[in-house]
Amino acid sequence: MALEEIKDHMRPGHSACPGCGVAIAMRLVLRSLGDRAVIVVVPSCSAVISGVYPNSALKLPAFHSAFEIAAPTAAGIANALKLLGQEDRPVVAFAGDGGTFDIGLQSLSGAADRNENFIYVCLDNEAYMNTGIQASSATPTFAWTATTPSGRYGRKKRLMEIMAAHRIPYAATASIGYPRDLMEKVEKAKQIKGTKFIHVLAPCPTGWKMSEDVTVRAAILSVQTRVFPLYEIEDGKRYRLTQSPEVLPVSEYLNIQGRFRHMHEEEIERMQQEVAEEWEMLVHRIETYA
Amino acid sequence: MRELLTGNYAIAEAVRLCRVQLVAAYPITPQTPIYEKLSEWQSQGKLGGLMMRMESEHSAMAACISASLTGVRVFTATSSQGLALMHEMLHFASGNRVPVVMACVNRALAVPWAFGSDQTDTLSQRDTGWIQFYCEGNQEALDTVIQAYKVSEQVLLPSMVIIDGFFTSHFVEPVEIPGQSSVDEFLPKCEAPRRFDAKAPTFVAGVVDASRYFQFRQGSFGDMEKAKIVIKDVDEEYKEAFGRGYGLIEAVDVQDAEVVLVTSASITSTARVALESLRKKGHRAGLLKIKTFRPFPAEEVQEVLNGVSKVAVVDRNISIGKEGIFCHELKAALYPLNSRPIIFGYIAGLGGTDVSPEILEGMVMDTLHRDEPEDSPTWISGD
Repeated sequence: MALEEIKDHMRPGHSACPGCGVAIAMRLVLRSLGDRAVIVVVPSCSAVISGVYPNSALKLPAFHSAFEIAAPTAAGIANALKLLGQEDRPVVAFAGDGGTFDIGLQSLSGAADRNENFIYVCLDNEAYMNTGIQASSATPTFAWTATTPSGRYGRKKRLMEIMAAHRIPYAATASIGYPRDLMEKVEKAKQIKGTKFIHVLAPCPTGWKMSEDVTVRAAILSVQTRVFPLYEIEDGKRYRLTQSPEVLPVSEYLNIQGRFRHMHEEEIERMQQEVAEEWEMLVHRIETYA
Repeated sequence: MRELLTGNYAIAEAVRLCRVQLVAAYPITPQTPIYEKLSEWQSQGKLGGLMMRMESEHSAMAACISASLTGVRVFTATSSQGLALMHEMLHFASGNRVPVVMACVNRALAVPWAFGSDQTDTLSQRDTGWIQFYCEGNQEALDTVIQAYKVSEQVLLPSMVIIDGFFTSHFVEPVEIPGQSSVDEFLPKCEAPRRFDAKAPTFVAGVVDASRYFQFRQGSFGDMEKAKIVIKDVDEEYKEAFGRGYGLIEAVDVQDAEVVLVTSASITSTARVALESLRKKGHRAGLLKIKTFRPFPAEEVQEVLNGVSKVAVVDRNISIGKEGIFCHELKAALYPLNSRPIIFGYIAGLGGTDVSPEILEGMVMDTLHRDEPEDSPTWISGD
């Protein structure tokens, strides 16, 4: 996409924290969707960014729905648009990791099972940031949050595998550190009929306790350290890696974030092993099912 | 066309006749036959539009709300636990001012687990901002669904069309099914606002400040008050077109009544039998059926009961810690009168237990013999 073709659908002056990864992700997703899209946001940072009545940061029609229903809300709009002969209009649902991994998982599963026609974008900042940094099942092991003051015990839920198990036509991970890759995935999703799921890691300087100018760097490092590999899954079975940058140790990613500052050497080593284990499993699937 | 139909199938017929464009539903006893019948028609191409087979009632209402905001006519049905699960979305529907119509088939709420009729499920949703119609029988259920779309699409508030589980939902009665063309003439195509217009984008349901929140709530209250007039007008128009009307309330033999029995839903039919028997025995008994519960027809009730000395209210529901909910509402509605009747509350039929004409006659006789009002209701188990 040439620079002159870029049309932003978000207004300046929105209410995100400085350096917000979610705001960057929303801007990139909306750029790729075009000006006939309908947006669903649910209680999350994306809803805060969208603005307080009568103002809105969104230039497209949008609906602030309830927390656990991003998917059926988007599906209801998509079906109604079809009935009104406006099937060409993409419907995108933005939900956070809490709204996706936790409270909204049932309704997302229902919509994915029915293969409803919309794009679901999980803006994952790895905790309930909107309510002030509480752990979700997307929070990584050892991460500090207000409800895991000595670090989270559990491991991040493998949501992509859950989505793949629904055999939806398209699922992808994406990163604000790789904007072209992210936008291409949204454009690809736009061309596909059915449920499309895009899992975006959106670093949060406030919640990750890091400087507001390292958001994009954190996103890039998450991919380079293989903490958050960029790949896509078609029809729940065809896996493909979309970026394979040079590999860095996981400590490079952890060191810039205050939420991991309390970690001991052996804990960092354990995380490195877990990242390697996840990576092997992913590579296995890519090689087996490509 | 006259057919033998259950209450559930009468509702399904009405949904078909209203040319509902999107049905989003989830099974629960005793509502399920509505969902099944609509599914059957949809698979045979007899029901225009789309069927969303949801994974929960909560999501069913979520889809109804967003589809309605987009501008299509929607329907869902539920009971009991399903309605309770929907609770959050019920506030969401009325706040979003969507004309969703939902059939609610009353069923006991767990625990203990039970399946018979009990109005506490729908009455627990009293303050969600929905219009509530309690229907006496199968014909009324069909007619009320058609009326409800017309009312809701005018006032932009959602409606519940409520019937008793099993007594109405599963019992068969002769039902007059109106012709499609006459329903089309009565109920125009859905003209609900299309909130997601690409040419005029808006942000629906944004966060508001405290004073705006206050204004929005006051606005809904005012429109719910106005709904009384719309319901009356629509009912009269319906009567003109189809020969059947029901009013917000119905009063029978109240002019000379010493005691008036107040009922809702299917118990009303039984009360008509009891009333006839009481009159034959020389007792001056009257009947007041409350059909529209929200908005509450306070003025209409005051007009009917002004000057009546005694009232017996039968409730197939209970607000634990107070009394029957219709009784409670009736007392509040009559408070402005200078001379108020003495009101006795009776709890009967909970969980679908039988309420026979004899039981209702007994309540009236009990009321006739008592002069001191009591704060607590009298429980009539029916055993």
